[in-house]
Amino acid sequence: MHEIFLSAEPLFFIGTYPFTNTLLLSLLAVGVIALAGFLLQKRYAEVPGAAQGVAEIAYEEFASLMDSVLGDRKKSEKYLPFVATIFIFILVSNWLGILPGVGSLGIEKKYLSSETVTGEHVSSEALAKEDHHFTPLLRAPASDLNFTLALAILTVVMVNVFGIAAIGAWKHISKFLNFSSPINFFVGILEFISEIARMISFAFRLFGNVFAGEVLLVVIAFLVPFAAPVPFFFLEIFVGFIQAFVFAMLALVFIAIATVEHGEEH
Amino acid sequence: METEAVKLWATMGAIAVGTIAPAIAIGMIGSKGADAIGRNPEAAPKIQTAMILAIAFAEAIAIYALVVALIIKFV
Repeated sequence: MHEIFLSAEPLFFIGTYPFTNTLLLSLLAVGVIALAGFLLQKRYAEVPGAAQGVAEIAYEEFASLMDSVLGDRKKSEKYLPFVATIFIFILVSNWLGILPGVGSLGIEKKYLSSETVTGEHVSSEALAKEDHHFTPLLRAPASDLNFTLALAILTVVMVNVFGIAAIGAWKHISKFLNFSSPINFFVGILEFISEIARMISFAFRLFGNVFAGEVLLVVIAFLVPFAAPVPFFFLEIFVGFIQAFVFAMLALVFIAIATVEHGEEH
Repeated sequence: METEAVKLWATMGAIAVGTIAPAIAIGMIGSKGADAIGRNPEAAPKIQTAMILAIAFAEAIAIYALVVALIIKFV
């Protein structure tokens, strides 16, 4: 069976920085999104064609979804670029990660038992006399903890930045550092810890779902290669969409909480 | 018992026990959500959004257990 690695396999090294196969596919995802955005903007028409019509419907739906959480259209339009970018980026990354060729096309390296492939986790079966090691060229970006952790840290930092921008630095910090009473001080400390826990939870939710989906597809393809993987690919399409949606909606909910003053909620 | 055998048992235990509570939680969230929509069909979109969010939080716990199991197995 194709060996499964928890960490992404590097394709080559730039100095000591490993250029991994997940990084390659995430750059491709960025390229696809940039191309789509550029084409939509170039072919802008007052009377929309098909593609622009779909984009306008998507924008309107997303904006009204954000309205239901944030409460008013002006706030939605302020935060929509950030939340929609998170959604689109994770969605495109997840869906590109299940295309045929991702995980199956790669580089095979033959090496002797005395050498080890740099940076790889070499299992005991691989140390044969003359063995080969397969590195996929592309891999779903969210199956790399670096990708999800980076997005999670970015999201939590941006939620706090939006909070400071909306209600002012002093009010925002007073949610965490509140000296009015011992209990409130303790609650402030807990709030701070929960910000850190949010980062971890964002990162691991997306990573766990996508990595587990990859492992599932590999195992099913190994057990029953014909016809059986089809429902699992449907599951992966669905899970990819749901995880992107959940990440974006959670970011939105946290923005909604952060941009409201402490006593004004509800 | 050798380490390999203990690893396999640990993997199985982590994922088997770790998905009990999230499964119960998601079932309860879904049931209360369906109740609420039944009582007040007009508020269905709001209830739906809150329900999906709560289910995502509950599922994340199962995913943490899964990640621990995968780390035990593959690292």
